[in-house]
Amino acid sequence: MAKIKINNMPLNVPDGITILEAAKENNFNIPTLCYYPDLDIKSDCRVCVVEVKGHKGLSTSCSTPIYDGMEIKINSPRAQNARKAIVEMMLANHDANCTACVRNMNCELQRLAESLGIHENRFDTVLQEKAIEQSNPSIVRNANRCIKCGRCVDVCKTVQGMSVLETAGRSHDAQVSPAYGKELKDVFCTYCGQCSAVCPVGAIMEKDHTHNVWDALDNGDKHVIVQVAPAIRVSLGEELNLPLGSIVTGKMVAALKMLGFDRVFDTNFTADLTIIEEGHELIGRLKERGKLPLITSCCPGWINYCEQEFPDLIDHLSSCKSPQQMFGSLAKTYYAQREGINPDDIYVVSVMPCTAKKFEAERPEMRVNGKDPDVDAVLTTRELAKMIKQMGIDFDNLREQKFDKPDEVTSGAAAIFGATGGVMEAALRSVKEILEERPLEKLDFDTVRGTDGIREAEVEISGQTHHVAVAHTLANARTLAQKVREGGTPYSFIEIMACPGGCVGGGGQPYGTTSERSRERIYSIYQVDRLTKIRKSHDNAAVMNLYSNYLGDPSGEKAHELLHTHYVNRRKK
Amino acid sequence: MMREHKLITARIGKINPESIDDYLKHDGYTMLEKALSMRRIEIHDHFEASRLRGRGGAGFPVAVKLMALAKESRTPKYVVCNADEGEPGNFKDRYLMENNPHQIIEGMLIAAYATVATEGYIYIRGEYANAMRIMQKALDDARERGFLGKNILNKRFSFDIEIRSGAGSYVCGEEFALLESIEGKAGRTRVKPPFPTSVGLFGQPTLINNVETLATFPSIIDMGGKAYAEIGTETSTGTKLISLSGNIKHKGVFEVPFGMSMRDIIEKLGGGVPGGHKIKMIQLGGACGPIIPEYMLDMVIDFERFEEFESKTGAGAIIVIDDRFDVFDILRRISAFFEHESCGKCTPCREGNLHMLKTVEKFVNYNATDKDLNALESLARVMHQTSLCGLGQTAPTAVISTLHYFRFAYLNRIEESNIEEAV
Repeated sequence: MAKIKINNMPLNVPDGITILEAAKENNFNIPTLCYYPDLDIKSDCRVCVVEVKGHKGLSTSCSTPIYDGMEIKINSPRAQNARKAIVEMMLANHDANCTACVRNMNCELQRLAESLGIHENRFDTVLQEKAIEQSNPSIVRNANRCIKCGRCVDVCKTVQGMSVLETAGRSHDAQVSPAYGKELKDVFCTYCGQCSAVCPVGAIMEKDHTHNVWDALDNGDKHVIVQVAPAIRVSLGEELNLPLGSIVTGKMVAALKMLGFDRVFDTNFTADLTIIEEGHELIGRLKERGKLPLITSCCPGWINYCEQEFPDLIDHLSSCKSPQQMFGSLAKTYYAQREGINPDDIYVVSVMPCTAKKFEAERPEMRVNGKDPDVDAVLTTRELAKMIKQMGIDFDNLREQKFDKPDEVTSGAAAIFGATGGVMEAALRSVKEILEERPLEKLDFDTVRGTDGIREAEVEISGQTHHVAVAHTLANARTLAQKVREGGTPYSFIEIMACPGGCVGGGGQPYGTTSERSRERIYSIYQVDRLTKIRKSHDNAAVMNLYSNYLGDPSGEKAHELLHTHYVNRRKK
Repeated sequence: MMREHKLITARIGKINPESIDDYLKHDGYTMLEKALSMRRIEIHDHFEASRLRGRGGAGFPVAVKLMALAKESRTPKYVVCNADEGEPGNFKDRYLMENNPHQIIEGMLIAAYATVATEGYIYIRGEYANAMRIMQKALDDARERGFLGKNILNKRFSFDIEIRSGAGSYVCGEEFALLESIEGKAGRTRVKPPFPTSVGLFGQPTLINNVETLATFPSIIDMGGKAYAEIGTETSTGTKLISLSGNIKHKGVFEVPFGMSMRDIIEKLGGGVPGGHKIKMIQLGGACGPIIPEYMLDMVIDFERFEEFESKTGAGAIIVIDDRFDVFDILRRISAFFEHESCGKCTPCREGNLHMLKTVEKFVNYNATDKDLNALESLARVMHQTSLCGLGQTAPTAVISTLHYFRFAYLNRIEESNIEEAV
């Protein structure tokens, strides 16, 4: 322990921590901006400077370790003035038209300016208007709002191992940009959207689909249906001021009905369907000595990555569409037929924790009629929260409602799709039981759970040992994919999710997502699983009815036509 | 004390810099031989006794760095020579490289032996094509004669040196930006701590010193640390290369002992200001140094004395500016320089230099108010106190020093500006 003083208060703090951490332990929240849990300490923004006795300049609290006898002043006029001046300089080179910004009232720079008491700026504006990049389906970059904190660069480089975004130029011309000023669509970007989730301001955002959805809801000729991904119910609450990890399934359904959707469905239903299809694909490959390991394909960030960086592994990818797209194709075929609605009049919206899903929905392969997208609009968790706020819905006080049929019946196996290892576990529950033809003794496959970057496990099926592996984040995906490329891996089945923690940490999740918060959401997801009556996808009678009434056999002709897809080498020169 | 004290420049003029034979004839590489015959701890004792401080600008005690690197057990360890002499008004490192390259190599070898480092880099400023050519030839010759490579002088000591260069960025003279540049990345500094001696080049323990500092190492082995410490003053030992330029008769590099007054350097060594003009001010250290008035010239060259400018001695440049020049024109050039050279990593330097330039321009254009004066003063202080690296911390030095020593110039300019302040 070290004895230090903060604002003259004597305190005992553990050795080796930073001023920022020591202050936080003692209930001082020193303002920060470039600092972000899980990311490197950059100390670029200099917002967290404090005065330390004996230090010549001011010291950044995020990067300065404490030592015994250290005397820190957060409150000195010198430090306060410096923090203020630094934020004023940022504001002078920032499009501060706050009311025109998606981050208004949810912006870290705005909050900082408010808490530092900045009411006028001593610096004249020096902003030079730059073009807004919106040429891809997922991500919008507005350089006029960028304050060069470097978080996006850092998350792209260190968490995802991609380095798509870099800092280019120098002095006040410094900009965050892909190499050589290219656009994201022209470089190796997977649209995972982690950059948009860590951006403190409105400089990197998901492409806004809320307007399209409002228009569709207003269009009397359209039958507007919505599906909600497994990870949304454990994270949406955070954007609406509910405690971390709140499970808000029923209120969310109620809110969606209040927004005007004709039907509210659960993507968990098609997640169960995915397990049946993917499970049969795996069983087929195991029996017929097909291409192994089979690698999951429900994560569009990973698919984008694989098609660009590991096109030679495309044969390993499951040909199953993701749950989002299975829902889309069924909505415009089976559902349209059942309800007697012209498919052209059905407008399918999905709510996803993901920005890459917007890209996935626009892929030409994802159009059962050959021209229109099966999924018409994709909202992120943040966008749905925004729509709920726009309607002035008193979310916390809503009476819980159930999903519409048939999707009200879903399994716990589908629920855990939202956590890293979840698809693996869901598949194992079904594959093992189907192959062994007797009930599972234990439903929880604990060895594939957890948050280690790459996890390996051995699973006994019919007396035979199968090796499986799970990876999350693209950096870990690269490591695992490289192993597969080199050959000789023992794995039969691999699950890969592009985002840290899986979909709970997706690029479309609430601002302020950290690994710590993701772990809470994962906990809630397994809670949903435990509380669900049906825990195995193949026990979902509604799904099995769909096969007998419409699809025929799993992996059969009709199933292949509607539920499977193919991949292409999209390597950029 | 009006003459040069030629210690590290003693051989210059006597040898052909491109001939290793010449260097050897003048006892070249004998100090390496001597060092290799010593126990490492003895070498460290000599450096400690010498009280040598870094000559690149910051004046950090050399023995402390050497010992820190020696104590690191992680390998490989690197010795990096900072020859990115980008500070305007400085040209003494080029002078050493072009006129006595082997002495720098010998100094690096001594440093490597003392710290058990195995690989070295000389990072030479991109514009120094001639120095680069001469250093490369010196390295090739030294390697051919067995002073670089494996088992140097048949001892269990191996070390080799490569030259690296950047694309011409001032900030690459900052040690971390320099290391990033060697690694092939954009020249931007890193967060400290850790310091280079623990996590430096390619994440390995690294000693990084200026050309002049390393060129002094053979002299310390030669004379012994104690004898070296007798040169100069109590607080600043040894000699210093001064790059003298501006409105002065004899421009050039002079080696003087610490303790010589600036007036002596300018008048006795530099021959004073030509054309009957008078000195108005000098800038000390380079663009990042303080601008001081003529009446302060009796101040002696000394690390401690210069502390009051919060800029130390800098790298030893003296830029003489005579009475024909306007202080604001000078400041505008300096501010424009930093506005161009900031790497853009930290906020106060990235944004601050532009605001500083704009404010200085108001004074240049007779367009300034009291408010501008206050803003400039506050901005300069914030940049100095909060910037991440030396560039941003010292970019406002010229402004800060003139606000102090030439305050009347600011006040007069505001009065002459005739701007009605908005009430």
